[in-house]
Amino acid sequence: MQEIVLHPLEKYLRSDRLPHTWCPGCGIGTVAQAFIRAVDELKLDPSQIAIVSGIGCTGRIPLYLKFDGAHVLHGRAIPVALGVKLAKPNLKVVVFGGDGDILSIGGNHLIHAARRNADLVVIMVNNFIYGLTGGQVAPTTPKEAYTYTSPYNPDSKPFNAVQLVAASGATYVARWSTAYPVLLKESIKKALTRRGFSFIEVISQCPEIFGRLNGFKTPYDLLKKIKDVGIIRKNISPFDTKYDWNNEITLGEFVNKDEPTYLDYLNQIIEKARGQGDKK
Amino acid sequence: MALQQGALQAGKRVFDVIVIRDRCKECGLCIEMCPTKVLDRENTYNVYGYRPTFLKNRDRCIGCKICENICPEFAIFVKEVLK
Amino acid sequence: MTENILFTHGNQAVVEGALVAGCRFYAGYPITPSSEIAEEMSKRLPKLGGIYVQGEDELASINMIIGASMAGMKAMTATSGPGYSLMQEGIGLAVATETPIVIVNVMRVGPSTGIASKPWQGDIMQARFGSHSDYEIISLYPWSVQEAFDLTIEAFNLAEKYMTPIILLSDGILARMREKLYIRSPNEVEIIERRKPNVAPEVYKPYARDENLVPTIASFGDGYAIIRDSLTHDERGYYLEKPETQAHYVWVLNEKIKRNAEKIQKWDEKFTDDAEVVFIAAGPMARIVLAMVKEARSEGLKWGFFRPITIWPFPEKQLNNAVRNANNVIVVEMSYGKLIYPVRWTLRNNIRIGHIPWLSYVAPSPDEIRKLAEKEVMG
Repeated sequence: MQEIVLHPLEKYLRSDRLPHTWCPGCGIGTVAQAFIRAVDELKLDPSQIAIVSGIGCTGRIPLYLKFDGAHVLHGRAIPVALGVKLAKPNLKVVVFGGDGDILSIGGNHLIHAARRNADLVVIMVNNFIYGLTGGQVAPTTPKEAYTYTSPYNPDSKPFNAVQLVAASGATYVARWSTAYPVLLKESIKKALTRRGFSFIEVISQCPEIFGRLNGFKTPYDLLKKIKDVGIIRKNISPFDTKYDWNNEITLGEFVNKDEPTYLDYLNQIIEKARGQGDKK
Repeated sequence: MALQQGALQAGKRVFDVIVIRDRCKECGLCIEMCPTKVLDRENTYNVYGYRPTFLKNRDRCIGCKICENICPEFAIFVKEVLK
Repeated sequence: MTENILFTHGNQAVVEGALVAGCRFYAGYPITPSSEIAEEMSKRLPKLGGIYVQGEDELASINMIIGASMAGMKAMTATSGPGYSLMQEGIGLAVATETPIVIVNVMRVGPSTGIASKPWQGDIMQARFGSHSDYEIISLYPWSVQEAFDLTIEAFNLAEKYMTPIILLSDGILARMREKLYIRSPNEVEIIERRKPNVAPEVYKPYARDENLVPTIASFGDGYAIIRDSLTHDERGYYLEKPETQAHYVWVLNEKIKRNAEKIQKWDEKFTDDAEVVFIAAGPMARIVLAMVKEARSEGLKWGFFRPITIWPFPEKQLNNAVRNANNVIVVEMSYGKLIYPVRWTLRNNIRIGHIPWLSYVAPSPDEIRKLAEKEVMG
């Protein structure tokens, strides 16, 4: 009989909700762990962190982590998170979403938040498929992959999200994978301690659906493929990154610059408005 | 155990890998990713019907924590054994 | 004192009311005939240290104000028909998470793009049933510039009191018509703030309720590690896939409004004590109908007037009481037929319900309504 054993990061978990409902071997749990490990190592005050997610497997993260959280509508985590941040600028607000939630239905909000350099951290877990609804094609699915709504592959070309978000004006853009959780954690630490819009794409394994539909028999088989195709490159422009399932998915940090953030602009606006005197 | 005590006295770091058995979902990532292959699957089931991981070769564990970091279930972690 | 008196239009009145009520966050998207609300908010909020965000679309707008409210601010958006349709999912989210927000729908001609700058009253049912599944909503519809100001404050108060979104209806007439507005100062009106929890985080349950079925919900950053979930949830805010959880959840979301309906409902009635025919109308159209009823009364006709001010929850008891001596009611509205529905549901079987759907977006004169009324009363 095992006595009650606590994981070192237990205080960040809603233990009464575990075990979570992600499949055995799913990468989302790894991403969640990297996030709370980053929070722990930075010694951030957990009560000053808010996490917002949309609908999907990745969207379930707030259900299991002990932070102020919101599990909102499909694709709308980013505007909700922006509202939270603007109302309470001292909070660190982090968005979790899958590739469908952030890039497809939420695509418009993503590019505008990047354009505004909104003070948010967006962690997009890319498992190449719509997992929670059973396995439909996503805007990041490789052309040749089989999904339940792309049975006659190929479908259209997938997005290279790094290029899209960099072009929209994000000031921190990185892509990692669940095969390197420590590098992911370090990147999250950077994102949590900087201002402006930070976007981290995480290539992740969906063994039960994407894996099974495409010939990967075990979670490790799929993670090994993700590890092999993910090539870490330094000092490379986001527009030179590759997103090719058969060749290379470039990992690394591609944009990291300091620019005035949305909060800076809003504060300037308030100063300007007040300076104009009290004429109604 | 004697080997461990010997290792401690020799100045080598010794690690223990603790598995929260009822959280493990038998995904096998920790077993496959371990660089020194010190983990294996038990023959007995946990309360959910999965066979959890266990540390089969303590002497060769180098404390890299790849198992701890990769585990999606918060089911495994590494503790250093101090004198 | 004269700086508190303006000669202004309905959209301006909504802004003045919101600012007095303590609204300091606005996210919106331009759409005729509501854009003046956004424009004025973008000018006034920064002066008060508030935040104006121009959302990239209406979906961003409604979700941003929900986020701001979850973090503790009073937040508002304004739109018209096409944008209001886009916001329905967001309204459902506010209902499900019990987040107080105010949404202004300045109704215009429809369906679809319709005619942007022309008034209509066609969204009255959508205010109640626009989002999917079961919920109750509170919706107010002012008929004058002063009432637009007062009801905006009331909207924020009701939102904070019942932890629910409020639909403030307006239309292209009210948005643009100019009247005298007296801007009450904050200490002249009641301003309600949402309650804050006073228990320790370990024992706190975000959706535990008082006798009015209203929860006390912590804001983000207050240290309660609260989860606001759009999935069906229990008292802890935890998603549970259990029939009894769903049954209680849907019951409580609806009952919260229904049980408190009589505290919420506002209405207006005139000459109903001995009225044989009662005319029912809402918003600015009701002023035309009242003018007609007054003239008819002065000629000896026993006509009465009833105006729902809270369209939802519809003042059913009050209407039944107003028509107790009548044998005929006539609903007058600038649409094909919306207000007619709650009237039909409410009234007893032996009363005749007539309908004057005014299908022009040019508001009628009292005489034009009078002619149609005479026909409707006879026929």
